[in-house]
Amino acid sequence: MDAIILQILNGLDKGSAYALIALGLTLIFGTLGVVNFAHGALFMIGAFCAVTLNKILTISYVTIDATQKDFLGNPLKVQNTYVESWFGPNLGAAIIDWSVPLAILFSIPVMVLVGFIMERGLIKHFYSRPHADQILVTFGLAIVLQEIIKLFYGANPIPTGAPEIFRGSLDFGVLLGFDPNAIIYPYWRLVYFLFATAIIGGVFAFLQFTTFGMVVRAGMADRETVGLLGINIDRRFTIMFGIAAAVAGLAGVMYAPINSPNYHMGMDFLVLSFVVVVVGGMGSLPGAVLAGFLLGILESFASMNQIKNLLPGIDQIIIYLVAIIILLTRPRGLMGRKGVMEE
Amino acid sequence: MLGLTKRDTILLLVVAALTLFAPFILNPFPEGSAMAQFNAGYPDLMQRFVIFGIFAVGFNILFGLTGYLSFGHAAFLGVGSYSAVWMFKLLSMNVLPAIILAVIVSGLFAVIIGYVSLRRSGIYFSILTLAFAQMSFALAYSVLTPITNGETGLQVYTDDPQYLMGPDSPTVTNLFGLEMRATYTLDLGPWSFDFNAGYYMCALIMLIAVYLSIRIFRSPFGLMLKAVKSNQQRMNFTGLNTRPYTLAAFVISGMYAGLAGGLMASMDPLAGAERMQWTASGEVVLMTILGGAGTLIGPILGAGFIKYFENIFSKINDTVLHQWFAFMPDGLEDFMVFLVHPFIGKGWHLTLGILFMLVVIFLPGGLVEGGQRIAAWVRGRKSAKADTATSKTEPAE
Repeated sequence: MDAIILQILNGLDKGSAYALIALGLTLIFGTLGVVNFAHGALFMIGAFCAVTLNKILTISYVTIDATQKDFLGNPLKVQNTYVESWFGPNLGAAIIDWSVPLAILFSIPVMVLVGFIMERGLIKHFYSRPHADQILVTFGLAIVLQEIIKLFYGANPIPTGAPEIFRGSLDFGVLLGFDPNAIIYPYWRLVYFLFATAIIGGVFAFLQFTTFGMVVRAGMADRETVGLLGINIDRRFTIMFGIAAAVAGLAGVMYAPINSPNYHMGMDFLVLSFVVVVVGGMGSLPGAVLAGFLLGILESFASMNQIKNLLPGIDQIIIYLVAIIILLTRPRGLMGRKGVMEE
Repeated sequence: MLGLTKRDTILLLVVAALTLFAPFILNPFPEGSAMAQFNAGYPDLMQRFVIFGIFAVGFNILFGLTGYLSFGHAAFLGVGSYSAVWMFKLLSMNVLPAIILAVIVSGLFAVIIGYVSLRRSGIYFSILTLAFAQMSFALAYSVLTPITNGETGLQVYTDDPQYLMGPDSPTVTNLFGLEMRATYTLDLGPWSFDFNAGYYMCALIMLIAVYLSIRIFRSPFGLMLKAVKSNQQRMNFTGLNTRPYTLAAFVISGMYAGLAGGLMASMDPLAGAERMQWTASGEVVLMTILGGAGTLIGPILGAGFIKYFENIFSKINDTVLHQWFAFMPDGLEDFMVFLVHPFIGKGWHLTLGILFMLVVIFLPGGLVEGGQRIAAWVRGRKSAKADTATSKTEPAE
């Protein structure tokens, strides 16, 4: 029993990342009808927002401390960060420590801007072209974005730590009455899961309870009629693209402490997220979220030793296998609407 | 000739001449001159040109004719490589059985994947092929290690059985004794040209592959595939089952990919799982689109273009750039080098990505369409009264 709970928990953080990316993909597909292969790159840019903010905060100047000597006997050179000298050592250190959560604030405007530029500058011109062209041009864009990041940050992963108080692990089993150390779960993954749930809840609430969201939903259902009612649906869809980009970016920011950001992390997640979207049903927002968590958990179950011994290699292919089975038996996915891209 | 129209014969002859004289054409600069770094006439690179040419021509039979965009074609390339290396391990270093087995095995593999994937079309087809290729890649890395030798990659060891190996058989890949790496170097003054046995074998096979592809394009079968691309629904309404046709196209293009994989292993008896990764599949998509999907010559052009510039761009470094911009004032020179620096050397993929986007945005017909537009523009300038109809993009075949 404790093993099962442990696997469910393990699947949650990856599942959250899948769900957030798939949610953004579905938002873009549902509103603009565009298949965005560059969405993984947005996730990666988000993660690098966290890296960038961390670097900015730790910009430092060197002072010489004559009272101390280094191992060569010279006066010790001390690295002082500007943040600490401006805000005092305590607050400054805390700001640096909390750079990843702070990057959330930093990344939202960046990602929305990137999203706007992408939509207005490129994707706008591809609405009327076939899906294959959209896939190809966004695939090219993904390569370009990835290489630009590689140019500035190099090819190696950059470790970016979570705040000190989230570094430990929670003994989850004790809370549920199991033996100590039966279910150990890192705090940050819990934070990630809660954060993802909050974002997903926020997006759904936004679409469900605001006038703006209502118009967007109406536009997703029947774009032409909404346009005929005198509503500028294009502008709203552009804003939705920005929001989708921000969702992917936030998923990336918070993922940085779990997996050190590297330039190809976007592509790695993109392929799986597409599979998630297809399993959940193209164009269905709840489907994308459900499939994201489901596949994340499934993947973590498949990597249990008992199952791996039974079916070697299953953990590597389980997601693709599920996707193939779903596509062949129920092409519209788990929760897809009938008739949306069913061919 | 050979059942081709006059135009297609000329095309085939041009390709034949280009491949035959490639050692000269690709080595236009004398050895040791400043421009020698743009030479591409060394055997390894020329082999890659033609092998990727075969791969792209095969991909074009599927994507160019039927419009099905496969994102998992590298799986067949990988399967071809693995089966070829197994032939080296089991029989002898003769490449003929290896290539034949590579084609057969990848064909069978394509039948299975195609049968399942072609039940869907559009983006679902792309995702299905991608999923299959990623599965093969993951399995080759992990569970199938006894067959694929995992991360190390499959290679030939001295204690392999090699049942057909005689006491004096060559221990490198060969075709009935003709070693693939055998190279004859012709020195003409400051120039030197390499004639490589492996290259000419690959080139010959590529010519056959191109000939077959022209025949397929011109056949009733090819016409049927084009009809599938333009309106599959209408084909279904006329009571025709399109799936056997698309499956045949898929299997043929899978066999082309397997052939390319087999040749790759024949030139260098190694096979690794990374050949099956989806970035490798993406590369062949880039080649075909860049050259011009649906045209006969496009994929070969695209493959040559990408492989050539990959090689050249990777070699250019800051020192070379400083030489180029040496005529400028110092500050400007440094600035130019700074500007160009991200696009060369390791930044080649950035250049490729931008180029690819530009082609998809502005030239959906690829390099071939670009050439036609320029030709039409030149013709239009020559005869001012030329009607605009000819300058419209005519399918380049």
